[in-house]
Amino acid sequence: MTLRTSTRSRTRLAAVALGVTALMLGATACSSGGGAPAGSATLWGLTGTDEDTVLGPSLKDWNGANADSQVAATYFQNDAYKTKIRTAVGAGSAPTIIYSWAGGTLNSYVDAGKVADITSETADAKGKFLESVWNQGVVNDKVYAVPMNATTPIMFYYNKDVLDAAGVAVPTTFDEIVDAIPKLKAAGVAPFSLAGASKWPSLMWEEYLVDRVAGPEAFNKIMAGEADAWSDPGILEANQKIQDLVKAGAFVDGFASVTADSNADVALLYTGKAAMMLQGAWVMTTFKQQAAEFAEKGLGYTTFPAVEGGKGDPSNIVGNPSGYFSISSAASKEQQASAVKYLTEGVFDKGYIDRMVEAGQVPPITGIDDQIASAGGDFGTTVYDLTKNAKNFQMSWDQALPPAQATALLTNLDQLFNLQITPQEFSDNMNKTIGQ
Amino acid sequence: MSATRQLNGPRVAGATTNRRTGPSGWMVAPALGFFLVFAIIPLVVALYLSFTRWDAITDPAWVGFDNWASVLVDPVTIDALVLTIKVIVISWIVQTPISLLLGTWTAGKQRNRAVLAAIFFLPLLLSSAATAIAFKAILDPNFGLSASLGIPFLKQDWLGNQQLVLFVVIFIIAWQFVPFHTLLFQGGVRQIPASLYEAAEIDGAGTVKQFFNITLPQLRYTLVTSSTLMIIGSLTYFDVIFVLTGGVPSAGTRILPILMYVTGFSASQFGQASVMAIILAVIGLAIALLLTKLSGFAKMDSQQEGL
Repeated sequence: MTLRTSTRSRTRLAAVALGVTALMLGATACSSGGGAPAGSATLWGLTGTDEDTVLGPSLKDWNGANADSQVAATYFQNDAYKTKIRTAVGAGSAPTIIYSWAGGTLNSYVDAGKVADITSETADAKGKFLESVWNQGVVNDKVYAVPMNATTPIMFYYNKDVLDAAGVAVPTTFDEIVDAIPKLKAAGVAPFSLAGASKWPSLMWEEYLVDRVAGPEAFNKIMAGEADAWSDPGILEANQKIQDLVKAGAFVDGFASVTADSNADVALLYTGKAAMMLQGAWVMTTFKQQAAEFAEKGLGYTTFPAVEGGKGDPSNIVGNPSGYFSISSAASKEQQASAVKYLTEGVFDKGYIDRMVEAGQVPPITGIDDQIASAGGDFGTTVYDLTKNAKNFQMSWDQALPPAQATALLTNLDQLFNLQITPQEFSDNMNKTIGQ
Repeated sequence: MSATRQLNGPRVAGATTNRRTGPSGWMVAPALGFFLVFAIIPLVVALYLSFTRWDAITDPAWVGFDNWASVLVDPVTIDALVLTIKVIVISWIVQTPISLLLGTWTAGKQRNRAVLAAIFFLPLLLSSAATAIAFKAILDPNFGLSASLGIPFLKQDWLGNQQLVLFVVIFIIAWQFVPFHTLLFQGGVRQIPASLYEAAEIDGAGTVKQFFNITLPQLRYTLVTSSTLMIIGSLTYFDVIFVLTGGVPSAGTRILPILMYVTGFSASQFGQASVMAIILAVIGLAIALLLTKLSGFAKMDSQQEGL
């Protein structure tokens, strides 16, 4: 059908179209503005444990007691938050208090001048945090972010009954791992559970092996952007060890199809189909929910074994030091003042710490050994001691690196574990991403 | 249809406007507004971004044709494009015959067919994300279908094996969308006048002959509609693969829309992702135009002349 109209009405049509457009744009512009009264700080947090046991109760207490420095929180699901916060910070419409995992994201906020320097404001609070965790919020010797939730290093879990049945002791060195593989396979169980389909669990092996073989310096060179830093002999050796493990059948059959979000890797361990597993401290919650008795009696946990002749200190750990709060430089002076007050006085006050410990979490705070031991049990103490005594706490590489390199890392690591590329090709591919 | 009002003629108040036939041009305004805001403007912005380096945090920096040069020669993009075409072609070859036959079969008036048609329709009611999560559980090598049914053959590295995973994805897409295309064909078959079949029967044509000489030719435009939706759908296919691969697709599943998302939202290289977006938009438009042109769809002739 052709609809002929006069030039004049065509112009009017265009005007209407423009009007409609303007209205829609207006509507979207309005909806992105915060609804909080002026002067009170806004905060975006994550749903789940953070909202339920950490921030929710803390802010309820805080807002009740501090009428002059209110904090209004909105909570988002993890993946949705990651996309939303980046665009919001870029567009200058970020909340006053910005949650991040520090690392590459925080560096890019600092480079773009999006977060405020809070070195002097937080100088007094610094002392109560574990130093290795606190330091992740420091960029160019200035504090831009402070820890706000639990510390969760990567743990070495094992099924006591399965190891006993196969006559295998808990490995304390890499050679003992290698020796255990044929014994466990002969006993009909997979030596290690691994959620290869989710990719990031494979990264835990890479992080620990590179640390144990080459020490933290190898990754520090990568972070510093040194040319060919991925060709470090230690990284090549660690990757060779990974491929040797894959070839020896160390990981469960079809590990590339096992996913972590369905907890299939955790299930392999508590059903006795696999003997050991490398996973974050956060999966303890899953063990307790899905196999309470096993979590109590059958589950063992320790740190990653040492590598003979390696440069890395066996006390070094990798994982997520904490979640962090920064203050948006786009916020008003009043909002920033409220935010500073909450970050230094509200976050990790006594109630905050108590609630976390009772929920089985480990706050990155000094001098709470007794409290952890009584409420957090053996697992809490193990995590706390590992974190406290670590010579180096390496943040997960996919958080530490800039996004483009992190994405390339997960893709190449997947190919390394599936034997599609050699350790040399892995290093060559990753060297190309330096400086991107 | 011709409008009665003269294009540049003098306006006579009142009377002439009433004589206009057809709905007012104003009625297209809301649709036009939406189209402008949600299609044209983002497309122009993407075109602009494709010439910049942008990480969503700092301001976009103009880099000219750098992104285009790097994306177009990158073997990863070429692989993604080839894989996308593979998905389109294989999906079409798998889905069309199945939905055509199912559609023709369910068009019959028998009660058991009506019940089965309703059951066939079920996968379409599930969200893609839910479908993907369910299949992830089914395909789990240790706790999935192979373990529950005790069939060792089903214990494959479905998601890790790069040759296998493409067919897994195509199977899931087919499982999800065959019901929709079946519905299209069912509707199409029911439109065919019964007199055609009666005449054919008198001439001695069997069921098979009737299918090829009456049903299939009469379904020509349904086939074009279904194919267009299928091809454009495959071209922008995203959700199932994204959920199935945990957001980090390996070489065997990295089709262009997935690569675009990963480049943009995971790697924060929005300039290069915009180049891919433009490439996808151009290919999609070209295929849609080509299909309508080749099939004579735009002419919309009646297939029932002489009835």
